[in-house]
Amino acid sequence: MTSTQRSASAVPFPALETPGAWRLPYRGTVGMACLIIAESAIFTIFVVAYLYYVGKSLSGPMPRDVLEVPIFFTFVLLSSSLTIHLAQKALERGARGAFLGPWLATIGLGALFLYGTGREWQRLIDEHGLTLSTNLFGTTYYSLVGLHAFHVAVGLALMSLVALFALAGRVGRQHSARVGTLALYWHFVDAVWVVVFTVVYVIGR
Amino acid sequence: MSSNAVAIPDARSESRPWVLALHDWVTTVDHKRLGILYVLYALLFLVIAGCEAMIIRIQLMFPHNAFVSPQVFNRMFTMHGTTMIFFVAVPVLLGFSNYLVPLMVGARDMAFPRLNAFSFWLTALGGLLLYFSLLGGNGLYGAGSAPDIGWWAYAPLALKAFSPGHSSDYWTISLIVSGFGTVGTAVNVIATILCMRCPGMHLGRMPLLVWLNLVMSGMLLIVMTPLTAAQLMLLVDRYLGGHFFDTQAGGSATLWMHFFWIFGHPEVYVLILPCFAFISEIVPVFSRKPMFGYPVMVAASVAIGFVSMSVWAHHMFTIGMNSYANSFFAITTMAVGVPTGIKMFNWIGTMWGGRIELKTPMLFAIGFLFQFLIAGLTGIMLAAAPFDWQLGLSYFVVAHFHYVIVGGILFALFGAFYYWYPKVTGRMMNETLGRWHFWLFVIGFHLCFDLMHIPGLLGMPRRIYTYEPGRGWDTLNLLVSLGAFVQAVAVLLFVANLVLSYFRGEKAGNDPWDAWTLEWSVSSPPPAYNFARIPTVASRRPLWDLKHAEDPDSRYE
Repeated sequence: MTSTQRSASAVPFPALETPGAWRLPYRGTVGMACLIIAESAIFTIFVVAYLYYVGKSLSGPMPRDVLEVPIFFTFVLLSSSLTIHLAQKALERGARGAFLGPWLATIGLGALFLYGTGREWQRLIDEHGLTLSTNLFGTTYYSLVGLHAFHVAVGLALMSLVALFALAGRVGRQHSARVGTLALYWHFVDAVWVVVFTVVYVIGR
Repeated sequence: MSSNAVAIPDARSESRPWVLALHDWVTTVDHKRLGILYVLYALLFLVIAGCEAMIIRIQLMFPHNAFVSPQVFNRMFTMHGTTMIFFVAVPVLLGFSNYLVPLMVGARDMAFPRLNAFSFWLTALGGLLLYFSLLGGNGLYGAGSAPDIGWWAYAPLALKAFSPGHSSDYWTISLIVSGFGTVGTAVNVIATILCMRCPGMHLGRMPLLVWLNLVMSGMLLIVMTPLTAAQLMLLVDRYLGGHFFDTQAGGSATLWMHFFWIFGHPEVYVLILPCFAFISEIVPVFSRKPMFGYPVMVAASVAIGFVSMSVWAHHMFTIGMNSYANSFFAITTMAVGVPTGIKMFNWIGTMWGGRIELKTPMLFAIGFLFQFLIAGLTGIMLAAAPFDWQLGLSYFVVAHFHYVIVGGILFALFGAFYYWYPKVTGRMMNETLGRWHFWLFVIGFHLCFDLMHIPGLLGMPRRIYTYEPGRGWDTLNLLVSLGAFVQAVAVLLFVANLVLSYFRGEKAGNDPWDAWTLEWSVSSPPPAYNFARIPTVASRRPLWDLKHAEDPDSRYE
């Protein structure tokens, strides 16, 4: 046994066939991709529940009567994907000034979207008396849209943190991969909205 | 001194006060220490959930037994199931992958060490929350002290109207919290495997253990989260007056079943895949042959990962689905047996013509092969929907899934303990005690779970707290309970072996089994930094190449 060990430690590991050619993906991207897959499964379950219960409410109000399609706020959220992309590209070039503008715009657009959701909820509650416990529509609507809004809020918190560092002049080109990870998350939040929008305002109405 | 152990003065010398040592363990981000914490934590819960199983078996020993009340019996089988799945099986397997994956891919730590620690402590908090229900479950209502809704918590039983008090909330929240921990570790394992491999280890050269952990983690991502989503809905129903599963308001109890089993069945494969991983490392080493059919093994693992996602509703044949759904899930369930069968043949093909060394890890691996085969066969029986209508919710089902979990998963785990214990502690486990453990456990296991099929066939339903005498179940139940006690004694021997070998065991050296994967190239226990120099590999068995430079594997792959 000991002789095997000695020989094992004495022989050096064989050299790589093509040295320097060993490239592996960035762990932040892989980690965020995994998180996105996991989150997609959560949203899928909520979407399935929503679709399953479309038209099954025993009492009103029904989606057709109360929901208004939020075209403007959808436009706002989707354009924030563009601004965060611009910001990230600027950071990759090392252009700090060109980064901060679109980055703050992204935060602003995200916050505007959340405001839109808040207004819609207020209208539904005040004018139509629709709450989470009113009927199946209320339960599934507030859960699904709320789950998405929660993800928007988390994204806003994280982006604001980056914005604070950026305002302090501490975000540079070397952070572009990490910032890219966050941008990936934000794109996911936007993509989920496309699904939620389709399910709630197109199919479910 | 080997080339991989640079002399760095060890900061953790024996003379440190225990408070500081404890502080080191609590604040650690080292994948090896977290792996050990996971395993110790799971062993603690193994003993707790084992005691609950004993209470169940004592109650069922004789007809009309009154060892515990029906209410306590309900709590016992709920806690036993929940604990064994979420706080024994999952953490112990995550512990092994935490410990082994970075070592086997030649990395110094996981991809996200702090996330790793965070995930462990979330899981730990989850377990504490579940058992805190014994103290806090009364709430304001004085109803229930531990969850008693069964481990699948079917609606509407789990809703506020039928489960007042807070015991079910502890159940829900503990599973959400530990679920986040599990997903965190899954993300970490995947990122480690994809981004931290040492030079030369492309996907086709990864040890099978790493491959299987990759598939397991990928499954965890999309398996654990539906449970979290369903639990969130249950909380919405219980606390915010939602109607997801409230049949009075048009909600559907069946939807909960689907959501639960979309998690619940793939979860079985999540648990068995790392066990396949252990067997795929142990069988070649103790047969002195490389793994037979490595690419097919990888393909079969990935196939199991995919197919097992579409079998969940075979748990629901008895609720009355339409014939299309029944046929679909019967066929997919039988189909998942195909890649599993391929694996069985490959392990046997590895042993065929090998110089088999019957050390304790190999004994457990062989036990696994036999028992997992039988468990798979009763699984195929239950996959036939008409057969399942007859025997669903009977003790036949209980016997079947315990055959999978004890006869398969637990046997593979014991094998893994004996195999990697020398690496983790630097000492060998005692072979004599190991053999006693193995044979006692085999006898107890077969006495308990072989016989348990029969009362099921005779019509004994699961989850009953007692039964009438004279139905032909009496003697069988007594023998089943005796088998459970024999297994308990065997587990105590195992725990004793773990403790005694830690202090008295023979020194192991780097590579006691003359094995071939990278973890055996470093000292036992490995240094905190794992590899002083990141290794470079040229084949699937880097240590074979090292030891046999004249005939390396890299020549043939």
